[in-house]
Amino acid sequence: MTLTRREALGLSAGAAAFLAIGTKVSFANADATEAAIMEFTGGATPAEGKISLDTPEIAENGNTVPVGVTVDSPMTADSYVASVLILADGNPNPAVATFHFSAISGDAEAKTRIRLAKTQNVVAVAKMNDGSTFIDRKEVKVTIGGCGG
Amino acid sequence: MATPKPRVKVPKKADKGEVITIKTLISHPMESGQRKDKKTGELIPRKIINKFTCEFNGQIVFSCDLDPAVSANPYLQFNAKVNEAGTFKFTWVDDDGSVYETEKNIKVN
Amino acid sequence: MTKLLKNGRQWVALICAGLTASLIVQPALSDENAELSIDGVEIVTKTAAPEDHPLDEILSGWRFRSVETQALQTDDFDNPGFTAVDYGAELWDTAEGSSGKSCASCHGAAEDSMKGLRASMPKWHEGEGTLMTLEDHINWSRKEHQGAEPWKWESSEMLAMTAYLGLQSRGMAVDVKVDGPAAEWFDKGKDLYYTRVGQLDMACSNCHEDNYGNMIRADHLSQGQINGFPTYRLKWQGLGSIHRRFSGCMKNIRAVPYKRGSDEFTALELYLAWRGAGLSVETPAVRQ
Repeated sequence: MTLTRREALGLSAGAAAFLAIGTKVSFANADATEAAIMEFTGGATPAEGKISLDTPEIAENGNTVPVGVTVDSPMTADSYVASVLILADGNPNPAVATFHFSAISGDAEAKTRIRLAKTQNVVAVAKMNDGSTFIDRKEVKVTIGGCGG
Repeated sequence: MATPKPRVKVPKKADKGEVITIKTLISHPMESGQRKDKKTGELIPRKIINKFTCEFNGQIVFSCDLDPAVSANPYLQFNAKVNEAGTFKFTWVDDDGSVYETEKNIKVN
Repeated sequence: MTKLLKNGRQWVALICAGLTASLIVQPALSDENAELSIDGVEIVTKTAAPEDHPLDEILSGWRFRSVETQALQTDDFDNPGFTAVDYGAELWDTAEGSSGKSCASCHGAAEDSMKGLRASMPKWHEGEGTLMTLEDHINWSRKEHQGAEPWKWESSEMLAMTAYLGLQSRGMAVDVKVDGPAAEWFDKGKDLYYTRVGQLDMACSNCHEDNYGNMIRADHLSQGQINGFPTYRLKWQGLGSIHRRFSGCMKNIRAVPYKRGSDEFTALELYLAWRGAGLSVETPAVRQ
């Protein structure tokens, strides 16, 4: 496909407009994030502490952002972390992943790499085997490249 | 790439009771279902790895539900407490129903 | 590393970039003094430039990346480019074409026979009487020795093979021949490097020679070295070829890119390889 310069300019302007509209419509997800937290905790408000998120302050590219989570727990048959929910409150859909641990997980620690559509908060909620829940939030700035081919 | 290829890194041996770190990665585009085909303008259907499980001698060590916000070539790192020698079995489940598996043995000192 | 701008036109370009900036990020993003070592192998990411080089010091793109991106390359397991390397190793042993031969049938273990190849590419091909990239050499061998169809430039097979072969030179210094019949290509590549093109009227040198180390909006400009290709880019979520990167750069300055595998890109590849002579091959590198 060959485009004239005029056509190419028109197309990119159109694409920019589309993106701008798309941003407004689909990224209003603070409510969806709260709802996902409530569903995970069974309606309880999670406490601060015990769980810690490890995220970069600035992500060079939103396509691959390393995210780690550590929960303070003895990880024995009597006391362990059952699951950790990871959410991103500025994505079109806040769900990212849910880790499920067991007593033989050793330490309640896991890492993955995630997609962030823009600068936003990453949220992690831990659910212990006794049903108690803990939360941590970290803001990740996603840079919008000027270039980068 | 035709078939998704799993990679896992597990130490060859551990002390009894030691907590080891396991790293896993599988080649997969994690198509989010929100991208449009540049030529046709049609939405590209979602196709992701939606579930990962690690078992040790038949017992679940760690599992993960994945959503489209997990990056392409999904990477997962977690730990396991090794009380005996045995086999780790890793399973990835694709939206299309395909299951990709691999295994690693570990010895105990 | 931040340098003074040398002339007015560059100021204009930078001011234009600044006007459109929606986000300002401090260059502290990257650790420019970090040293790269992969599984105990020291990788040269900073070295004195070769003779007649326009710069005093040459720096791998790795040095311009954020700490998190840098970390992805320090461990082969964390480097997502290695799924392609595994695939390349598999292709190496797969019989193809009318000959029923695999690469290994003739070349044996790639660890021995392909060592140093990436570091010397692109290279003059005596038989064909032309300068050929690694991709060209692979397709030439597929045709001549295997009787197989050529792979497409950016296919997962070609990227896997170039990643696998490139890895066999990792840690070796880039060392391309630019004299003899290659001299003409070198000169052509150099011309392209300094020629302003596109609506933004910019040459490679405007960013990568005059302004490396500066920020262009949120991007930290590197010297545009090619010692890590094919590179796993987070933006691409996969590996891409050197010519794909050239193409992206040209689109950014609103120029019509040359075709992958074209004489223009091959000549530019030779010139850029020389500009990075002495840096270690990093294939498969990880970038933003």
